[in-house]
Amino acid sequence: MIYSPKSISNAVQILQDDPDAQILSGGTDFMVEVNFGHRAPTSVLSLRAIKELCTWSQQDGVIRIGSALPYAQMETGPLAKLLPALAQAARTVGSPQIRAAGTLGGNLGTSSPAGDSLPVLYALDATIIIATATGERRMAVKDFMVGPKRNALSKGEIITAVELPASTGYQGYSKVGVRNAMVISIASACLVHNPIDRSVRLAMGTVGPTIIRASAAEKWLGEECDLASASSITPAICAEFGRRCGDESQPITDHRSTAEYRRHAVSVITSRLLERCAAS
Amino acid sequence: MSVKTRTRRDILGTSALRPDAVPKVQGKFAFSSDLWAENMLWGATLRSPHAYARIVSIDTTAAWKIDGVECVLTHEDVPGKPTYGLIASDQPVLARDFVRYMGEPVVLVAGDHPETCRRALAAIKVEYEVLEPLVDPEKSIDLSVPPIHPDGNLIRRQQIIRGDQSLIGEVVVEGNYELGMQDQAFLGTEAALALPDPGGTGVELYVATQWLHEDRGQIAACLNLPEDKVRLVLGGVGGAFGAREDISLQVHSCLLALRTSRPVKMQYSRQESFFGHVHRHPARIWMRHHATKDGRLLRVEARVVMDGGAYASTSSAVLINAVTHVQGPYKCEHATVDGYAVRTNNPPCGAMRGFGVVQACFAHEGQMDKLALACGISPVDIRLINAMETGDRLITGQTILNSAPVAQCIRETAEIPMPPNMTNDTDVLAIPGGSGLTATPSKIRRGIGWGVSIKNLMYSEGFDDFSTARCTVEDGRVSLKFATSEVGQGFVTLAPQIARTVLGLDEVFIETIDTGIGSAGSTSASRQTWMSGGAVNGACKLVATNIIAEVAKMRGLDPSTLQIQGTDIVDLSGNAVESVVAATKGKRFSETYEFHHQPTGELDENGQGDCHTAFAFVAHRAVVDVDPDLGLVKVVQIATAQDVGRVLNPLSLLGQVEGGIAQGLGLAVMEEIIVENGRVRNPSFTDYLLPTALDAPDVIARYVEVPDPYAPLGAKGVGEPPCISVTPAIVAAIRDATGVDLLRVPVRPQDICL
Repeated sequence: MIYSPKSISNAVQILQDDPDAQILSGGTDFMVEVNFGHRAPTSVLSLRAIKELCTWSQQDGVIRIGSALPYAQMETGPLAKLLPALAQAARTVGSPQIRAAGTLGGNLGTSSPAGDSLPVLYALDATIIIATATGERRMAVKDFMVGPKRNALSKGEIITAVELPASTGYQGYSKVGVRNAMVISIASACLVHNPIDRSVRLAMGTVGPTIIRASAAEKWLGEECDLASASSITPAICAEFGRRCGDESQPITDHRSTAEYRRHAVSVITSRLLERCAAS
Repeated sequence: MSVKTRTRRDILGTSALRPDAVPKVQGKFAFSSDLWAENMLWGATLRSPHAYARIVSIDTTAAWKIDGVECVLTHEDVPGKPTYGLIASDQPVLARDFVRYMGEPVVLVAGDHPETCRRALAAIKVEYEVLEPLVDPEKSIDLSVPPIHPDGNLIRRQQIIRGDQSLIGEVVVEGNYELGMQDQAFLGTEAALALPDPGGTGVELYVATQWLHEDRGQIAACLNLPEDKVRLVLGGVGGAFGAREDISLQVHSCLLALRTSRPVKMQYSRQESFFGHVHRHPARIWMRHHATKDGRLLRVEARVVMDGGAYASTSSAVLINAVTHVQGPYKCEHATVDGYAVRTNNPPCGAMRGFGVVQACFAHEGQMDKLALACGISPVDIRLINAMETGDRLITGQTILNSAPVAQCIRETAEIPMPPNMTNDTDVLAIPGGSGLTATPSKIRRGIGWGVSIKNLMYSEGFDDFSTARCTVEDGRVSLKFATSEVGQGFVTLAPQIARTVLGLDEVFIETIDTGIGSAGSTSASRQTWMSGGAVNGACKLVATNIIAEVAKMRGLDPSTLQIQGTDIVDLSGNAVESVVAATKGKRFSETYEFHHQPTGELDENGQGDCHTAFAFVAHRAVVDVDPDLGLVKVVQIATAQDVGRVLNPLSLLGQVEGGIAQGLGLAVMEEIIVENGRVRNPSFTDYLLPTALDAPDVIARYVEVPDPYAPLGAKGVGEPPCISVTPAIVAAIRDATGVDLLRVPVRPQDICL
C-alpha cells in the first residue's frame, strides 16, 4: 500500500491506522536499504504531497525549514544567504541528483553520525519539530540523536521541520572525504560564531557515535578571547582550539578511515574553521 | 573524366562518431541489462559468505516450495565439465566440497521475479565448516600452509636471469612497493539472456563479454554440448576493462534455461558485481636498481609477488607481463628477477587494463626517481639517458623490432605548457578537498612527477592469436561481419572507417556480432585495432581486388593498372574509370580474412625468449596540488605524449587517453577493494571510490606518430598505455609536493599527513 496524504494531520492518522507504514521522503537512504534487502516495506507513507513540508520560512529571527525541503534549495538562493554553513553542507551531499531528493528530515531520520547536515544543526542548536498523534512536540537536536542510526523519534511520529536561529556572525562548514565531491564524510565540522552572546559553537560529524559538540574547546575559547568580535583570535589560539576539538572527538577505525586520521583531520578542519572565522 | 576531389566523411584519420553515440546519450541504447524475452525467468546466485569453508550440506527443499520458483541447481546439476577457467580449468561452476573465496557461487535459482529469487536464495540452507583463510601470499610461496586447491597454492613462478649476476652499480637504489586491489568498475554490470533450443539440444546466449568464442568453448564444455549447439550473441556492453574476460554468469544462465526450457535472464547488482568478476592483482614488489654514477641503468633486481586469489584466471599471464616489464622502457643489460603468482582465499584476480604492467611500472618508475635523486639529475634526464630504442634488447633477450619513440614521447610531454599556478581566484572546487571546503589555499603545495612506460600489445607466449572478418559488397553497400566484442573501445566506429577507406564506398553496415563467424580473439591487450582492424582491412582488400578484377574483365583492362582512389577506380594516370558504387551495381563480392600477428615464443626457465609480439610506449607528467596537513590531493593536469603509430580516429583516441588517465588516477589516490581476512569490506560505489568530474585532471595529449612496420594499419593499440604510467607520475608528484616517500597505491590521506 502506498499512502500519499496532502496534510500532516492525515499523515499522522495513517500511521495510527497502519503502524507498519514506513515513511518515505527523498528516498536516498530508504531505497538503498530496500535494494540491499535490509528493509522490506509492506506499506509506504510518502510525504511528497505535503506541500508544507517542502517549504521554508523566516520569522522573528527564526528560520523554519520543512523536513522534506531538498538540499538543492539550501545550496543556493536566499536560504543559502541566511544559513551559509547549511549551504556549504548541502553542497557536499552526494551528487546533484541526490541533492534534488535528499532532505534534512532524511538526515535526522537516519541519524548517521556521517549525515552531512547534522553538524550544522548541532552548531546552531536547532530545534526539531515532530508531529505526533496528539499534536506536536519540540526537541533540541542534541537530545534527538541518541546513537549511531538511533534517535528519539517514536513510532507514529513524523519529523516536520527544523528551526534554526538566523545568525549574524561567521558560520562555516568543512568536510573531509577521500574524493573531491560525492563522498561519505570521514570527518566534518561546523563552526558558528555568535558575537552577541560572545560564543563560538563547534559541532563535529563522523568522529563519534553521534554528532559531538566540542563543549570544552568552546568554553576554553570563550575564556581565552573576547568573542564579541573575532579579532582577538590568533593563529596560536586556532591551533590549540583544533587540538582540543580533536581531543573531544571519539572516532573509530573502519573501512573508510582510521581513528587516528579522523582525529587528526577533525583537528585540522576545526582549526581552519576558526581561522576563517578570525579572518571574516 | 577527372577525379573528383572531395573530402570524404568518416574515413581513417577522421573523428567519425560512434554509431551508438546518440542512442547512448539519449538512454536508448540497449545494454545487456535491458534484454528481455517473452515468458522469461530470472536467475540468481547464492554465494559463499565465507572466504574459506568446507561445505557440509546443501538443503534446497524450502526454496523449491516457494511459489514462482522454477528451478534450483547445485554442483550436482552441472552436466558437463564441473570447472572452467581461461588458462587453467580450476574454478567450479558451482562449489562442491569447498568454497575458496567470499562470493563464490554455490546454488542457482530461477524464478518468475527477482524478488522470488531473492526469497528462494534466503530459503536455501548451506551448512559450512568455516576454515581459517589463507590470505598472506608469502605463505603460499613458502608452502607453510596446506594447499587450498588441488592444483596447489603456487600458480606460477618465473625467473629472469640475464647477464652478470654479481654486478654492483656505482649507484644502487632499492625500494619495496605495494599496490592495492583495483576494480574495473564498469558501469554496466554483468547481464545475460539465455534462450534454450526446443528439446534442450542447444542454447543461444546474449551476453556482455570480451570474447564470444572463448566463452562459447568454456560454456559448451560445462553444458556437455557440442560447440556448434552453443551460439553467442554480443549484448550491449557497458565497459569491460578486463573484467569480462572470465566467465561469470554465462554457464549459470544457460544451465537454468536448459533445465527450465524457458528463457532465463541474469543480471548482477553492483554489490554482486564486485564478487562476480576478477580484479586487478594486488602486488608487493621489491626492486634494486644498479647504475653508473651518471645514471646509466646497468642491472635490475626484482622480486614480484602477485596475489591471484582463489582461482587461477589469467594470473600466470599477468605474472609474465609483470616480470618481463620490470626494466620499464629503459635500456638494461643485466637482470635478476623472481616472480610469483599465488593462490589465496582472497577474491580472484585476473585481467585489468594494463595486465601486470601497471604493477611493474609503479615500482620501476619509483626506482627511476630514486636513481635520479641519487645521481643528482632530473627525473626527465634520467629517463632520457636510458630511453629504449628500436633494436634494443629486453631483459628476456628479445629485440624490440617495433617503433620505439620513447625519448620523443618524453620530450614532447616535457614541451607541454605547465598549468597556471593556483591563485586566490581559483575555484574552491578545483583545489584539494573540493566541495568539502577543507583547504586553506596558502597551505597547498604543488608537485610535479613523471612516469614512462612500455606495454606489450596482444597475446604472448606462443598463443595463436588471430582475428576473423568477412567483407561483403553488394550494390555499392558494404557489410562487415566479425565477432569482435565492442565494449566501448570503438571498433564499431573504426571498422567502417577502414572499409570506407579501402573500398571507396560510403555506406557500411555492421552485421550482428556473434559466433556465426570465426573468432576475433579477445577485446583486451590493446589488440583489436591491430588484430580485428587487420582482419577487416584484409577482407576489404580482398574484395577490392575482386572488384577491380571484375572491372578490368568487363573493360578489357589489365587489373594491375587499376586501383581504388577516393570513391573511384582509377587507372595508372589517375583517371577515373568508374566509381566503386557503379562498379558493384547488381553484383556481390564477399571475402573472409583471418589476421595473425607475428608469432611469439615461450620463455625458458631463465626467462629468456621472444615472448611478446609488439610494444607501445607513453610518457606522463603529473602536476598535483596537495594539502599536506590533511593528505588530500587534487590532480591538476596530466600532460602526455603517446606512441600510437598512427592516429585513426582522433576523438576516439582522446577518449581512450582521458579514460585511461582517470582510471590510473583512481588507482593512484582512491580506488581500492578493501579486503580484511578474505572479506571484501566495500562492495559498493558508496565506498569503492571512483574519480568524479571534480577529481579528473585537465588532460593535454599529444600523439607521436611513427607508423609501426608490423601493424596492419600502422597504428598501435592505444587502450592500455594511458592508464599505466600515469599512476606512478601522480604518486611522484605527491612525493615532490610533500617530501613523503610514498611506496603504496592508492595513496591514502593518512599516508601523507600522519
